[in-house]
Amino acid sequence: MTHAIEVENLTKRYRDIVAVDDVSFTIEKDTIYGLLGRNGAGKTTVMSILTAQNFATAGHVSVFGEKPYENARVLARMCFVRESQKYPDDAKPSHAFRSARLFFPHWDEAFAKRLIADFQLPVDRRIKKLSRGQLSAVGVIIGLASRAEITFFDEPYLGLDAVARQIFYDRLLEDYVAHPRTVILSSHLIDEVANLIERVLVIDRGRILMDETTDAVRDRASTIVGDSAAVEKFIGDREVIHRESLGHVSAVTVLGTLGADDRARLGSIGLEIAPVSLQQLIVRLTQHANGDASHATAPIEEVAR
Amino acid sequence: MIEEGRALFLQIAEGVEDSIIDGSLAEEAQAPSTNELAAFFRINPATAAKGVNMLVDKGVLYKRRGVGMFVAPGARELLLGERRTAFADRFVDPLLAEARRLGLAPDDLSRLILEHANTRVPASGTTEGASR
Repeated sequence: MTHAIEVENLTKRYRDIVAVDDVSFTIEKDTIYGLLGRNGAGKTTVMSILTAQNFATAGHVSVFGEKPYENARVLARMCFVRESQKYPDDAKPSHAFRSARLFFPHWDEAFAKRLIADFQLPVDRRIKKLSRGQLSAVGVIIGLASRAEITFFDEPYLGLDAVARQIFYDRLLEDYVAHPRTVILSSHLIDEVANLIERVLVIDRGRILMDETTDAVRDRASTIVGDSAAVEKFIGDREVIHRESLGHVSAVTVLGTLGADDRARLGSIGLEIAPVSLQQLIVRLTQHANGDASHATAPIEEVAR
Repeated sequence: MIEEGRALFLQIAEGVEDSIIDGSLAEEAQAPSTNELAAFFRINPATAAKGVNMLVDKGVLYKRRGVGMFVAPGARELLLGERRTAFADRFVDPLLAEARRLGLAPDDLSRLILEHANTRVPASGTTEGASR
């Protein structure tokens, strides 16, 4: 079995709000996923249901072929690092790590010590007194050193500065190479994680908007920049996900890989190709799916005529 | 080091190819492993593996079981041939297009190229000729 997780027709309703809407996907074993989407898109709900911290309204989830609810065998193989993990009032990081060592069978104490030093975490200060970044570091250390077969990081970086985030990404990648496992990384800092993740899952308003390898997504869109009339003529019937214009210059983002012929043609008519980062693509696709891009369409068409 | 908007595995493969072309990675030398590439470029190892596999399929690298990846004999010639074929598309066409925009005729352009080649690239071997 190569699937670590299978989700079928999962729905979660809170009274009249549909947080997760009939979602199906699979998570492959030993792969790093990016679970991306706006606030309130349903990311945390999905992760909570997978780790049995929340109930599904309808649908099925299975982890290593078993249902996770009250299933200690499966739960010990998963680690969920929440954005706002609660700890007992008088707990210290050292207590949290001791509990983690008891709970996670693959816990690596030496690795945990190294991470504590990397993040310069005061282990004997009360967690309540820690800064936001230090609190995030506690979660990140548990997530990495537990070496669980499936690890969920739900926006683990709040309050971590750029240096600390880089330490996190570097240690994650190093340790993943040495101990391959399934990692699901939920993040808003898409461009920071773009090179780490092998597959991208984008959730938008409770539905899956994208489920692809990161490589396939990378050259999926391009922005064509230049004289508006020439840009319009070139894009023809390509699918447009975003338009911007300044005077007679347009920047139009289109879906579809550009071949060598397209590039040569663009060069000969004086149009430029600007790359579209993963973050830009996801922002545009999300807006496009919500119909936000349409308002920009009208003025350009007028210019083109 | 890494560009946006282009498949990462292609960029990784091109990086290895560049080292073979400029001679820093000799034929029959051991190529960087997937994990070394992943760590150096800070990318997912699966992506690095895809780039390495592409080079294996192309006959640029070959695998020695249990040892690692090595540069295939003839890899440099293969790559030079490939790059030379692509040279016109990648460099000459855009050059001509920009020249046309600026009102430079192909003759002006070739004169410019010769002038620059003579003044700006005192490559080894040409120094003797230049001093005369």
